[in-house]
Amino acid sequence: MVDDLYQEIILDHCKRPRNCHSMADATRQADGYNPLCGDKLKLFVKIENDIVVDVSFVGSGCAISTASASLMTESLKGKSRPEALKLLEKFHELLTTDTAVSKDLGKLVVFCGVRDYPARVKCATLAWHTLKSALNGEIADPVSTE
Amino acid sequence: MSTLTNQAIAGFDAGFDVEKIREDFPVLKQNIHGKPLVYLDSAATAQKPFAVVDAIRRFHEVDCANIHRGVHELSQRSTASYEETRSKVKRFVNSRFTNELIFVRGTTEGINLVSSSWGRKNVKAGDEIVISAMEHHSNIVPWQMLCEETGAKLRVIPMNRSGELLMEEYQKLLNPRTRMVAVTHVSNALGTINPVREIIQMAHQAGALALIDGAQAAPHMKVDVHALDADFYAFSGHKVIGPTGIGILYGKAALLNAMPPYQGGGDMIKVVTFEKTTYADLPYKFEAGTPNIAGGIGFGAALDYVNKLGIDRIAAYEHSLLAYGTAALTAIPGLRLIGTAQKKASVLSFVMEGIHPHDIGTLLDRQGIAVRTGHHCAQPVMDFFNVPATTRASLAFYNTFGEIDALVAGLYKVKEVFA
Repeated sequence: MVDDLYQEIILDHCKRPRNCHSMADATRQADGYNPLCGDKLKLFVKIENDIVVDVSFVGSGCAISTASASLMTESLKGKSRPEALKLLEKFHELLTTDTAVSKDLGKLVVFCGVRDYPARVKCATLAWHTLKSALNGEIADPVSTE
Repeated sequence: MSTLTNQAIAGFDAGFDVEKIREDFPVLKQNIHGKPLVYLDSAATAQKPFAVVDAIRRFHEVDCANIHRGVHELSQRSTASYEETRSKVKRFVNSRFTNELIFVRGTTEGINLVSSSWGRKNVKAGDEIVISAMEHHSNIVPWQMLCEETGAKLRVIPMNRSGELLMEEYQKLLNPRTRMVAVTHVSNALGTINPVREIIQMAHQAGALALIDGAQAAPHMKVDVHALDADFYAFSGHKVIGPTGIGILYGKAALLNAMPPYQGGGDMIKVVTFEKTTYADLPYKFEAGTPNIAGGIGFGAALDYVNKLGIDRIAAYEHSLLAYGTAALTAIPGLRLIGTAQKKASVLSFVMEGIHPHDIGTLLDRQGIAVRTGHHCAQPVMDFFNVPATTRASLAFYNTFGEIDALVAGLYKVKEVFA
């Protein structure tokens, strides 16, 4: 049922989210909150020489937002900051337009089905909006794990 | 039918022919994603019968004109049917006079009218406004705005884990500084029916006024503003199978007369010169501008429909549905009802272990089942129960026991997806 939205890979990343922990030595972090759903997300990014060397998140949300955050963290590692922002743009296009699916998106294409559920687009984009504010924000002090 | 059904419908009104009633509601006759629509979101807005749709259509096709002051035939017809609704509302809520009933856009505007007009005149720094822990945002924010503006303090009646107000705590909150107690009659997020008569009495004993948010009560039970001794009572037409954009604020005439107008404009005046304006009498003083005439007329048709069925029979039938639904949902492993008060109306709010409400909502929708998911404009309630959101199935008299079964089957399918 609803295979176009709840694909196996999405369910897998929802049940077993990757990189789902806080990060003590993150160089940037940002909070994402979706007031309509109550979804909350804290994103940790470690950037060295303008390269995303590590990224992780903690938070609570629906299957779509959790899987989106999880898959996002996987797809970002090793990317330069401009590359990460470019990916964000492509992902947003995937969800909001009918344009052809970009090859650069890799596994992220599983979110293609979300475009047919306008009410759920915000779930899939929460992590990415948070990423944008983390990447564009000031460099933060390393995050305390206390 | 199952044993549960038989228990739930013991003492059930056999003359209440829900299948025949459903014939009157055009929206219900459709498939959603290939499945028959199961509409369980009436707490958000109720569906409209042909009688309402036809009344609105007839107004636009036959009687359309602006109301009041027009001397021509169409204007007189429009005025008569619009004002006839006010008389119908008077009977519906048992107010003493029609001029105590102000047409507003809905419950939200009714509350804002009181907080703005009465509030600005009567509330000052150090005064207190009491609301409850289970209010809809529309009965929180207007009072917060008033408090910010005047320096008054907002106090909140707490509730227990079942979603019942703690009346002893309420008593302790009341003091000579209390100006207003604004509480919901029925909670939209939990379904709790509050003891509003007692709440109003206690407010009066403390020298305060009481406003009741009746948005979720008016569709489901007999409301008697006179017996309640409410100072203000607000509700929306669209939740009582009427159109959106029309609602009622009841207020005691003496209070309304002493209040300044809410908005200025046409229809709310007697004499206007550039030096001074004399305001119209009640209820027009509070009805500036051309109102929602079509909505008002449709609202009248809605009340006729409800009266024909009988609000007490509606309440009894819905109570059986709620009892059946409560038992059926409680039997689903991993499901927890949010809102388990002794006295409830219409609302089944719940969470499921490991499955977010939005996923439940989408997966139910794919099976034709319409429920609401989210915070239901009651974020403090969600915080209290420590959940980000709930799934809410809300009932109306056109729902069936079979639809509850469909909801239960739908939830088992949701569980399968996340198994």
